[in-house]
Amino acid sequence: MDLGQLLAIVVGAIFVSNFVLARFLGLCPFVGVSKDSESALGMGMAVIFVMTMASLVTWFVYNYVLVPLEITYLRTIAFILVIAALVQFVEMVIEKTSPTLHKSLGIYLPLITTNCAVLGVAVVNVDSFMSTGLSRNASFIYTLVHGFAAGLGFTLALILMAAIRERLDLIDVPESMRGIPITFIVAGLMAIAFLGFSGLKIG
Amino acid sequence: MESVVVRSIIVLSAMAALFGVILAIASKVFAVHRDPKVEKVVDVLPGANCGACGYPGCQGYAEAAVKAGVAPVCPPGGTDVAERVAEILGSKAGEHVPVVAVVHCAGGLSNAQQRLDYEGIHDCRAAILVGGGAKACIFGCLSLGTCKAVCPFDAVELDSEGLVHIDVKKCTGCGNCVEACPVNIIELVSKDMKVHIRCSSHDKGKKAKSVCAVACIACQLCVKKCPSDAIHMEEDLAVIDYTKCTNCGICAAVCPTGAIIDDIKARPKAVIGTKCEGLGKCVEVCPVKAISGEPGERHEIDRVKCIGCGLCLDACPTKSIGMVGALGHQRDRD
Repeated sequence: MDLGQLLAIVVGAIFVSNFVLARFLGLCPFVGVSKDSESALGMGMAVIFVMTMASLVTWFVYNYVLVPLEITYLRTIAFILVIAALVQFVEMVIEKTSPTLHKSLGIYLPLITTNCAVLGVAVVNVDSFMSTGLSRNASFIYTLVHGFAAGLGFTLALILMAAIRERLDLIDVPESMRGIPITFIVAGLMAIAFLGFSGLKIG
Repeated sequence: MESVVVRSIIVLSAMAALFGVILAIASKVFAVHRDPKVEKVVDVLPGANCGACGYPGCQGYAEAAVKAGVAPVCPPGGTDVAERVAEILGSKAGEHVPVVAVVHCAGGLSNAQQRLDYEGIHDCRAAILVGGGAKACIFGCLSLGTCKAVCPFDAVELDSEGLVHIDVKKCTGCGNCVEACPVNIIELVSKDMKVHIRCSSHDKGKKAKSVCAVACIACQLCVKKCPSDAIHMEEDLAVIDYTKCTNCGICAAVCPTGAIIDDIKARPKAVIGTKCEGLGKCVEVCPVKAISGEPGERHEIDRVKCIGCGLCLDACPTKSIGMVGALGHQRDRD
């Protein structure tokens, strides 16, 4: 475990293989919740939170349940189960303990219970950190950092998209292209732009 | 092989059961008391989340209403919604005067001069940043329809002249357009008010007239003729005090530029009865010179000129004038 490797993971998750614009995961909330930057930010925060939490619990489930019992082929189902239960639980806790936080974050939580980006983080974690012979400590920290950075990358894409769409609202777009169609085109252009990061080399 | 299958089933079932139990316990431990009334109230609200009530959306209104135990005014919903909310809460509905949006500008493309061609973002709020918009009159409607865009009830229409028309039947008085209009020419006015000044120009008469054919030129005719002292001048613009206005429509009849609109389509007409002694008091008060006749003989009213203001009724010493016609009410001679 070294800092250079951590930096590479962070930059990789945010830019090079951004979950939305490079891996094409979580496109539903990317188009759905990007109408204004305020809700985009709220959604982004919720995703960061859930992705980090999901990385944490799936690391335990994978290493202490699935691996010892030799049923790692069940990881997808097991992860969905764990993440869904976790998000439900966290939502209940937040609603009880902090109504203000629940108002700004809670309404987005059910939207991402089993979002494919969240599940994607867990699966990518397994592929890159858990089955590659890293030490327990290193794989744990890499997993957490990657989960957090993936959330950041999602938030970045979402906020960029929301900012662009707020401007699109004021522009004279051809009638039939208004709304979702122009959004798809913008998403495609953004993905092409993010492709530029794939040449980035760290360390 | 079999052991893997068995193991998988057992592990997943155990995990699911465990999470199920945890969530069941959590839902008891972290239960939040929710008032079922809130949901019922949300159901009867219009659901436009316009914020006219002063709360953040319909959910906010419902929570506040249930908490306070009384129904705050929901301008879009009107009396109907207020009553239904009150029914749920078991209280009485708050007093509600329905209001509608009124646009204080009548300067369409053919009446108002343009001083530049605006080709920017199609939004009044953006257009006003470019030297105050395309119209020569800086107080007038920018005709780009931001009010139409923000109206949640589809009550705003733009005609070919670029003039804003508000459908009084659809308008709920939520005030979204009032807030969005960058030139502040929209006002919420009681639904009963039918006579409005359709100009917002504070320019002096000559300049106002030079940029717009239907501008208020501050001639003050309406101020002088208003029988209820409801019109006064505010920096070269006539303004109606809606608390005093009686909808008589005299100001609309005397305005030389047509800047005042009288929305009452048909007005009652004054009729002089046989008791008339020809004293001529009515001739003096008639603002539109509709009454004529020789002194001492029964006078006559020109029904085309008469605007039904009713001033002659009160002026007549012999009580021989009555009103007949359109409004559905008749003021009898007594």
